[in-house]
Parts: sequence; structure tokens; C-alpha cells
Amino acid sequence: MTDVIKLTAAETAARITNGDLTAEAVTEAHLARIDAVDEKVHAFLHVDREGALAQARAVDAQRAAGEPLGPLAGVPLALKDIFTTKGIPTTCGSKILEGWIPPYDATVTRKLKEAGVVILGKTNMDEFAMGSSTENSAYGPTGNPWDLTRIPGGSGGGSAAALASYQAPLAIGTDTGGSIRQPAAVTATVGVKPTYGGVSRYGMIAFSSSLDQGGPCARTVLDAALLHEVMAGHDPMDSTSIDAPVPAVVEAARSGNVKGMRIGVIKEFAGEGYQAGVVQRFTEAVELLRELGAQVVELSCPSFSYALPAYYLIAPSECSSNLARFDAMRYGLRAGDDGTRSAEEVTALTREAGFGPEVKRRIILGTYALSSGYYDAYYGSAQKVRTLITRDFQRAFEQVDVIVSPTTPTTAFPIGERTDDPMAMYLADLCTIPANLAGNAAMSLPCGLAPEDGLPVGLQIVAPALKDDRLYRVGAAVEAAFVTKWGHPLLEEAPQL
Amino acid sequence: MAGITREEVAHLGKLARIELSAEELDHFAGQLDDIIGAVARVSEVAGEDVPPTSHPLPLTNVMRPDTVRPSLTPQEALSGAPAQEQQRFKVPQILGED
Repeated sequence: MTDVIKLTAAETAARITNGDLTAEAVTEAHLARIDAVDEKVHAFLHVDREGALAQARAVDAQRAAGEPLGPLAGVPLALKDIFTTKGIPTTCGSKILEGWIPPYDATVTRKLKEAGVVILGKTNMDEFAMGSSTENSAYGPTGNPWDLTRIPGGSGGGSAAALASYQAPLAIGTDTGGSIRQPAAVTATVGVKPTYGGVSRYGMIAFSSSLDQGGPCARTVLDAALLHEVMAGHDPMDSTSIDAPVPAVVEAARSGNVKGMRIGVIKEFAGEGYQAGVVQRFTEAVELLRELGAQVVELSCPSFSYALPAYYLIAPSECSSNLARFDAMRYGLRAGDDGTRSAEEVTALTREAGFGPEVKRRIILGTYALSSGYYDAYYGSAQKVRTLITRDFQRAFEQVDVIVSPTTPTTAFPIGERTDDPMAMYLADLCTIPANLAGNAAMSLPCGLAPEDGLPVGLQIVAPALKDDRLYRVGAAVEAAFVTKWGHPLLEEAPQL
Repeated sequence: MAGITREEVAHLGKLARIELSAEELDHFAGQLDDIIGAVARVSEVAGEDVPPTSHPLPLTNVMRPDTVRPSLTPQEALSGAPAQEQQRFKVPQILGED
């Protein structure tokens, strides 16, 4: 029975469908795993034991009644605590939402439930998804299952750590500047940021609305594709949701092949700040793509070197506006209301008490970038850079089908190393940010361990908007070739917890 | 570009409705100065002729018929309120005493 937790989501669903396993037994096995290891890992902020078992039993009853089951029915999932869940606490990693019970489900939550996916609980994250290490959570850090003294990436470190420690075969994250892909890279799991607008943002607590995108996290490319198909699609509740069919990602993941594909390598994603072992594994991955029949093209995207500065003006600007809703009036924390203070004073005291340092830093930075006298130089210029980056991508995609790069410049760093050096922390997102600014689809998947520290390295694949299927076609081919070469999935090399 | 001073951080805190302690003002002033110093170069790259991009998608208003449909009950809408009275959100005073 212990092997149940190591199955892929696709295998688990197949075995539930053919009666080999019950959804309840699968859920029990994962709850037992959570009990056994999550004290060490701290991937979950809340485990919904009763809700998960009830959902699992409902799937088993559905099967017993002869009703058809969806492709992920009965498969357990770890949901990032940024998605609202009716009746289940949702904190977004913040003290300001401690104890808040949402009165409604996010569209993603609703779709998961309708598909029979079993939501085990809510995962840890940097407060309001601001961070690259999960250390900005108000509820304490999460450990990387490869080395519990290191960060699991962020902001979706809890979701990635849950996958890498076999507490769930599926998870969901959100990616504003790399918060799905960077955690995937440093934990040897798979994470996808779909095309902007591909997955509904309704009920996904807003950080930077023009960049935020929910997406699937898994241990295999096919599992990510199956989850992608369940969670994506047009939603009238989100005015930025794309009214177009979901790209055929599952079909692509089942037919991985790069023969004849043109694959771009961006000159600017290299040089200072890139760890030698990361560069080595990336170079080998490019070599592998060549061996598999792809044509590798070197490209230059000169404006990408301005992506990080543009992002750290645009995202804080949008967050300073979005987080104004936390005003201590309608929900969440209220501090300092002693009967003598004004509403405005209570709001300021509540935000002082409820927000952590990184959230305050970004709100203040955004307020600065948007203030009169600085608006043109900062926010205005950053928006122009966004145009240049989009144009660089357009030019690149005239010559290639996908672009590859390292997902993040270094492997997982020690917990505490960058907490008081925001600029050092921001560098973790160097390679992932351009895709958010342009709204493209992107994936990270494992491409080996860095020789110097034995920690996972991620390969990033970027595709044009609405061509998410290309990520899966290339990702599946690379994954199959690597697993053949290694003799097993990379995660098998992680230490026992 | 000008640096960011402690006084400016205090003013920004006021605008953003965040009370900041003396230690936070000292700490943030230095850090924000570093961050602004590192991101200010965005103004060097794009010429006058480059249009700004505010969003990856061409945004248009999304309309729907104005019909009655199920929504949260008053009880649900108030379920997270820090304080409530007579089926309303109860807030601290919003006007002065006099």
C-alpha cells in the first residue's frame, strides 16, 4: 500500500477506474503520508481530512453506480492557499486573512470538485504570492524535500514540496513571475504556467492581475497535462479569460516528439549569476534535444535584460492597488479598533499588524512608482519595456517553435540566506519573468542534478501564447529521454524523509 | 534618479494606509533605495515611439444581460466581517467627532 503514494496521477486514476484501488484508500494513503512527513516538510497550512475522504467516497459511489469517471477522478491534490475554498480556511500565507472562511469557491476549486479530484488541503506559500522561497509565509517556511534546510522555491513552495515528498501526486500553483516554475525546478517536479487568460482567475486572490496565472504542478508531464485540461477553459466570471478552446495538451503529452522542431536558445539567459552546474545540465539538455532531432537556433532578445527591473515596477504597482481591498472593514483582520480611532487609522494599524515585511515593501514600492512625478519614469517606462519584451518574443517565435533556458540561475539556496536582501531574492526569477510580461505559456521540468551540490536543475520551455500544447510535446520527449538515460525519474534520487 | 529618503517612506506609508514603525522606516528606506537604484534603468531603454503595454491581452469590456441570478446571502456576505450590526458591516467612525 505504501507504493500507492508513488503512483502517477494517470496510473492512480486508471486503477481507481478499473477497480484495482478505491479513491478512499488512495486518499487514506496520502493522509497517512502527510501525518508521517509534513511535520518536517511543512507543505500544508491546512489539511481537510473529512472533506477529502467525503470527496473520495463520492467518487467510489459514482463508480459503484456505474457512472463514468473523469480522467482524474479520485486523485488527491494539494491546492495553493491562494484559491478560495468554500467553508475551508484560505489565508494566502498572510496573517491578515488568518481564520477567514471564504463563502465561495474559486472557479479552479469548483472545476476540481466537479472532476472528482480530491482536495487534500491548502499549501504554504509566500504571503500573497510575493517571494521566491516561501520564507515570506506568515506561517513559517517550507523545507525542500531534497534538503530540508533549503528553500523549496516560491511562492508556491508548499505545492512543489508536497509533490516532491509524495504527499500528493498533483498540486496547483499560481505564477506571476515564476512562482510555479521556480519551485518545480528546485524540487525536480513539473510546473506549467499556462498562456495568460487560459485558466480563470476568479477566486484566485489577486497579486498582479496582468501577470497572475494559475497552473498545474505534477511529477510527470502527462499528469500536468491532465490537470491542465481539468482546470483550464473560458470562464465568464473572469473578464480576462480567453474565449478559445483549451489547447490539446493531453494529446501533446502523449505524443512527445521534437523531430524537426526549431528550438531557440536565448543568448541573454547566461553569464554572471548562473551557477556552473546549472549551466552544465542546461547545455546537456540542449544537446539531448539535438540528438532527438530538433534544430537548435541561437537567438538574441536584447530587451530581456530589462525584464527583471520592469517586473519589479509593474508587479508592485499592481499589488499596491490590489491589496487596497484589505481595509479591515468587510473581512479579515481588524486591529486597533478601540472605539476612539477613525476607520482610516484602524485600516493603517490593521495593515501594519497583518502584512509581513515583503508585502509592505512591495506596496510602498508600487505606491512610489505610481505617484505623480515618478509615474512616467518608473511605471510608464516599465510598460514600454513590456512592449519591447513582447516584440523580442514575437521576433524569436518567427524563427523557432519554442525557447529553452535554465528555469532559475541557481539550485535551491539555504533557508535564511536571502531573506534580508530583496534584490538577491529577486534574481531567482531572472529567466521566468519575461514569459509573464508577454503572457506566453511556459513549463519547467527536471534536467538533472547540479554536480557541485547534488540539487535539482530545471529546464524551462517557453511557447507562444495559446500554443501550450508545444510545451507538453517537447516536455514529454525530453522527460522520456532523460528517464531512459537516468534509468528512473529524477525524484527517485531524493533522500528518504 | 533621486534616492528614496526615510521621510518619503513615511509619506508613502501614509498614502498606502500602512502604519510604519521607526525601525521599519529605517530598514525600508535603505532597501527601497537599493531596489529603486536597480530598477531605474528601465527608463533608459525605450524610446518615445514605443507604446506602453499594460496587459498581455487586448482588453475589451465583457458584458452580460442584467438578469437576476443566485448570489451570496446577506449572512454569507457578512460571514467574514470583523463586526456587524443590523445585517450591515459595522465600521469605526468615518467622520470626526465635530
